[in-house]
Amino acid sequence: MTAITENKPAYDGQALDLTGKSGARAFKNTLATVLIVLAFLIAMIPLLWILGTVISKGYHLLLNADWWSQSQRGITVRRQGGGAYHAIMGTLIMSLITALIAVPIAVLGAVYLVEYGKGTRAARVVSFMIDILTGVPSIVAALFIYAVWITIFGFNRVGFAVSLSLVLLMLPVVLRSTEEMLKLVPDELREASYALGVPKWKTIMKVVVPTAFGGIVTGVMLGLARVMGETAPLLILVGYSKNINLNPFNGFMGALPTMINQDRTELALQPAADRVWAAALTLILLVLVLNVLARLVARFSAIKSK
Amino acid sequence: MAKRIEVSGLNVYYGDFKAVEDVSMTVEPRSVTAFIGPSGCGKSTFLRTLNRMHEVIPGARVEGKVMLDQQDLYASGVDPVAVRRVVGMVFQRPNPFPTMSIFDNVASGLKLNGVKDRKKLTEVVERSLHGANLWNEVKDRLDKPGAGLSGGQQQRLCIARAIAVEPEVILMDEPCSALDPISTLAIEDLIEKLKDQFTVVIVTHNMQQAARVSDQTAFFNLAATGKPGRLIEMAPTKQIFSNPTEKATEDYITGRFG
Repeated sequence: MTAITENKPAYDGQALDLTGKSGARAFKNTLATVLIVLAFLIAMIPLLWILGTVISKGYHLLLNADWWSQSQRGITVRRQGGGAYHAIMGTLIMSLITALIAVPIAVLGAVYLVEYGKGTRAARVVSFMIDILTGVPSIVAALFIYAVWITIFGFNRVGFAVSLSLVLLMLPVVLRSTEEMLKLVPDELREASYALGVPKWKTIMKVVVPTAFGGIVTGVMLGLARVMGETAPLLILVGYSKNINLNPFNGFMGALPTMINQDRTELALQPAADRVWAAALTLILLVLVLNVLARLVARFSAIKSK
Repeated sequence: MAKRIEVSGLNVYYGDFKAVEDVSMTVEPRSVTAFIGPSGCGKSTFLRTLNRMHEVIPGARVEGKVMLDQQDLYASGVDPVAVRRVVGMVFQRPNPFPTMSIFDNVASGLKLNGVKDRKKLTEVVERSLHGANLWNEVKDRLDKPGAGLSGGQQQRLCIARAIAVEPEVILMDEPCSALDPISTLAIEDLIEKLKDQFTVVIVTHNMQQAARVSDQTAFFNLAATGKPGRLIEMAPTKQIFSNPTEKATEDYITGRFG
């Protein structure tokens, strides 16, 4: 038999040198580790900075019960007092309507793309359009709804119009993430279900979507977090009101981003500045609370193991 | 239960590619039939045509006839969903539903087809788990997730799930290839038991397994890569392993090939 490697005795019983790292490789390893940790730290700086500033400057108003129960009715920039109830409710109502419209369309659209339209021309076109829609700036979405809702139909500026434009922003985010989640569901599970004589639609409803549920909820939260902070549609499609208005079909409405915008022009005045920080913190908290809620929902219905 | 399968002149295509050519065979009821052959010879593909699972793959189509007793599975108007209710399947990798408990996994076939009667479900789950030799191991944790079981237990759970819908035929696509020898033994014992009630067809790469569990063995081969797979020989297992008619069969089972 010919030797496979040259100059190597068949067996010499000598210990091998397995200490490994040569100087250059150890250096590269350290360098890469340092760079990665550095990148992480740099990414964390703005995040912690923003959180730190907003919390330290905004928290004291939030400790006041009035903040959660009063509106800004009759309160000028120079005066203290009042609360953000009108803005919190406005943000919640408009976001909720947005989610109610966008989530079913997005989830069903993703189901179509992954389960039915896979590889077809229609699916590729829809997918491409969604990509474009993802890049549409909020002000364009807002002006589009302005053109339809106000110019063509002649309706008034109301909260519902804001929701419609937010749908355009939320839809692609939720659809894209749901699509990715559905793709992650192994085909074996679909086949297992088909092999039991379960029709396709029921397989999707009872096996595929529940398996991807946690991921879908995360996508919805990402979409919601995005639209809750959008300002341009609020400025264009509904006026800011300091009064409590819970009707999205009539009159101006408060919202946290526009509340921040309202007092922003008078930052030299302490009461206005305090309210800006407090409103910003409230918005962050709102997103946080919704995230925690969504995670709880996902946990109770998600994949179980052990 | 249990039905006879008669296949005649079956060709399977993926798009333009002919994967399986001109297979004719009879699978006897209440017996175990094993398909052996090298990788890519079309035995799994052929198995999937017996409950129309190949239709999941776009472009897959079939010519020929598959008769389940008097019923042609490919006659016009036959619903593949209805076919799969009578011809169940167990897959290579255990695939319990990750969102469901052990109980719900076994009950899933009935539940997803609209059975709500709790008493009936409990009955069926218990009977199926007994039938899959799994009852004693899981009876105290039916509400625990199916994905928490060991690989071998998961595969028996999948078998329990398949027999819970009371099919006529059970197809098994290399059901032990992802399992250790002890779990494999458990499945083989189970297959022996299943043939009292069902027609069992099993694809396996393990010739000892085919020799141990099957009554009939079918040997598939392909002339060359890119050529369609064919049924070379089908005979009682004893005969295939002791005195095959075809040279190719002999070469394969004696290890001179593949």
